[in-house]
Amino acid sequence: MSEFLIDYAGLLLVLPFAAFLLIILFGKRMKYQGAEIAIGAMSINWLYSVALLVVSLTEEVARDVQFEIGRIGLIAGEPLVFELGWTVDGLSSMMFFVVTTISLLVFIYAVGYMKGDVRVPFFFAALSLFAGSMLVLVAAPNLVQLIIGWEGVGLASYLLIGHYWEKHENSSAAMKAFYVNKVADVGLVLGAVILGVTTGTFRINEILHLAEEGAAALGAVAVVAGLLIFFGAMGKSAQFPLHVWLPDAMAGPTPVSALMHAATMVTAGVYLIARMFPFYEEMAAGARTWILWIGAATLFLTGLLALVQNDIKRVLAYSTVSQLGYMVAALGAGGYAAGLFHLWTHAFFKALLFLGAGSVIHAVHSNNMSDMGGLRKDMPTTYRTFVIGALALAGIPPLAGFFSKDEILATFNHAGATPVLWLGVAAAFVTAFYTFRMVFLTFHGTYRGQGHPHESPRVMTMPLVALAVGAVAAGWINIPGVYTGFHHMVEVREAFHPEEAPTSFDLTALIPGVIAGLVGIFLAYRIFKPDRASQAERDRVEIPVFYPLLRRKYFLDDLYWYGIVEPIKGPIARAVNWTNTYVIDGVVNSVASVSLFLARIVYQGLDQRGVDGVVHGLSAGAYSAGGSLRRLQSGRVQQYAAGFVTGTLLLVVALVVFR
Amino acid sequence: MNIGDWIGHPANWAFIILGLVVAGAAFRVVTSQNVIHAALALVAALAGTAGLFLLLSAEFVAWVLVLVYIGAVIVLFLFGIMITRAPTGRDVALDHSRKAWAAIVAGGLFVVLSWGSLQAFGTTELTNQGEPTATETVGLSLLGRFVIPFEAVSFVLLAALIGGITIARKDLTPAEEVEREAR
Amino acid sequence: MIVNQFLVLAALLFALGVYGLLVRRNAVMVLLAVELMLNAVNINLIAFEAVLRSSEAVGQVFAIFVITVAAAEVGIGLAIVLMIFRNRASANVDELNLMKW
Repeated sequence: MSEFLIDYAGLLLVLPFAAFLLIILFGKRMKYQGAEIAIGAMSINWLYSVALLVVSLTEEVARDVQFEIGRIGLIAGEPLVFELGWTVDGLSSMMFFVVTTISLLVFIYAVGYMKGDVRVPFFFAALSLFAGSMLVLVAAPNLVQLIIGWEGVGLASYLLIGHYWEKHENSSAAMKAFYVNKVADVGLVLGAVILGVTTGTFRINEILHLAEEGAAALGAVAVVAGLLIFFGAMGKSAQFPLHVWLPDAMAGPTPVSALMHAATMVTAGVYLIARMFPFYEEMAAGARTWILWIGAATLFLTGLLALVQNDIKRVLAYSTVSQLGYMVAALGAGGYAAGLFHLWTHAFFKALLFLGAGSVIHAVHSNNMSDMGGLRKDMPTTYRTFVIGALALAGIPPLAGFFSKDEILATFNHAGATPVLWLGVAAAFVTAFYTFRMVFLTFHGTYRGQGHPHESPRVMTMPLVALAVGAVAAGWINIPGVYTGFHHMVEVREAFHPEEAPTSFDLTALIPGVIAGLVGIFLAYRIFKPDRASQAERDRVEIPVFYPLLRRKYFLDDLYWYGIVEPIKGPIARAVNWTNTYVIDGVVNSVASVSLFLARIVYQGLDQRGVDGVVHGLSAGAYSAGGSLRRLQSGRVQQYAAGFVTGTLLLVVALVVFR
Repeated sequence: MNIGDWIGHPANWAFIILGLVVAGAAFRVVTSQNVIHAALALVAALAGTAGLFLLLSAEFVAWVLVLVYIGAVIVLFLFGIMITRAPTGRDVALDHSRKAWAAIVAGGLFVVLSWGSLQAFGTTELTNQGEPTATETVGLSLLGRFVIPFEAVSFVLLAALIGGITIARKDLTPAEEVEREAR
Repeated sequence: MIVNQFLVLAALLFALGVYGLLVRRNAVMVLLAVELMLNAVNINLIAFEAVLRSSEAVGQVFAIFVITVAAAEVGIGLAIVLMIFRNRASANVDELNLMKW
């Protein structure tokens, strides 16, 4: 049975693209504008991934299915083979489940959220496209397919962020996301090419085997390739300083934010590092230090940025970036299962928080928390699920986030990266603080906006409830000493040395983490719970210098804009334009004018004067000859007779003389 | 044969006289300024020609010439002159101004022809001089060997007859045609 | 008598006829000159017959044919001149230049 499931796992990859095509073709005419097709396809995918998950949990399967699609010959050695296919092992089964579950719930939610929107069929088509690309990425057995999926999700992200492209800032946000990702993709592609060319193969498992053996050819380029690949992951997973696109990406509809920019797409970078984990462990130890510290910087610095946001989605966006930093830092510290575990739990509670925020936005018609307040009475389901998600995010036991965050902190401790541990604990405090600031400002106090908010329809609240269940229970599959099924599952893969799961909680990590979370909640309660009439009073926590710096996002966006964008827009663009107009066009134009000149010569000289001259000359000659000769036709018979007689005489004389 | 011998024959004297008559008349035909004089000069030329034919033992042809040519053709000419109101006085120029060219051409023609004949025939003499050709011979030949040309020529005459009448018939105006139909 | 005397005389008549053909302005005069030419031809034919003395008098027969055809030609020719005169009130050949270029 499991063999059968693995052999046909390609269905998972194909169905979403088929759904994309069908929605494009038929979506407009359907009752729910194509959502039926998207949800139907994703339901099948979800069931399939559940089956695969069960298989992975119960058996230890790790198998690739690949089909060659092309090969290019290198100058020396074997040709490089390009293949498409899928891997089924513990890691990919886990990712399949996460992607399909969150996708399915978000699709259902979106039916209610996007009702009456201007472009519903295209929305679901793009979402299906995204889901398909993400699955292609996650199932990739070789680097080429991974890059294909990588670019596919980037495209889908662009399309969906720019869903409301009629407003200029939305299309700008989409472009920003695309450009930042593209910059990072350069690293990914270069790294993949280096690996492919030096090892002669793009197959991930083969590269990892070579890394295991400590192959010399690989050793020389390992650190460089590893750093380049990590650079690519930095873009997709929004690590500092390439995180700048994620907050702006909140311009897209909330289901998009929930699905892509919380649970799935942004985790692609984390997945990539996890997939290449043995490579980093064996050969690219230098790269791991970078991964750890960039992850650490991300988790702390961007968490701070969430403190000063008024847009509810932006709070969650920075929160996502911060949590991604946790995952990346965990991987950098060697905590393979810990990072993946946090990816797993984060998917549930972050998607929950986003969808809850979407529910609030849908009711209040505004993203700003200054238009919210006191909504817990009007939107009870949303409120309760949101609080569950917030508690999970803050790492409060026994919810999911506690277990995963604790394990990460334990990893930092275990790896001896004590500074990172304290950063993690501090960030946990900040996380709890800003999360509950958000909760209190949105749901407590009195309503500050216009209109009459009411609870969202069931099609939107049911996914919230489902995710809340996940946010609570998702952590229970990896409790040290009790049940570590998750840990074992994700380690079932080729070329991987399983580590022992921790058998008990690491108290050096656990206690500070929990305390930090509780302190954060308490502080937020004290400052933000009482009702404040005005924004200024509400943001009474105003630390001079610090807060303005945070508001300006550490001047990073300014740095990028004036340092990179403006020069390119200005002088460089002008120089390129000049080169194009005068040099390139100059060459083209001069070729054209030479041709014109030659053509003129041929035309006027040869054709007009020469050929036409001959032709005209002939005709003029004939004409004038005729003009002269016609005078012979005098009409006078006697002249004709005279000519006739004379001619005959001459003839006779000639005949006689020249006999 | 030399000049002396030639002069000795009386036939040649007749020839000289007749030849002068013919040549002179022919000259008058083409140079006379009076159309009637030209026509009458042609009569004289034709008469002289008939005499020459007699010298050449062609009696039948000579009298045919007189009958047909002088008897009918000249009369026809005179009628034609009358009807076309050819200027019969002396005051109208009958010739073109460029007579010299025509004289040169005609002169050249004469030179070539005579030179050709002299080259070809030298001093060939006539055969059986004085013995006239019997009319019977001509008649038999005409209806014997040359019956087909004879019939053809009769067709020509018929065509000329009909043609002449048709061409010279007066075209009636439509009114006159109606009038003629009525009568 | 030598044949050439007749031939040269005939040539003279022919040349005079050509001269008259080329020079005369009246159409009837032109026809007169043509008659002169035909007459010269007849003299030639009869002179040749006088040399040949064939059993069928070929030359004389042909001379008869020539005379006949000349008569027919004069008839038609004068009829045409008559028509021209009726249409144009003049028999001047110089004016008959409709076939001019």
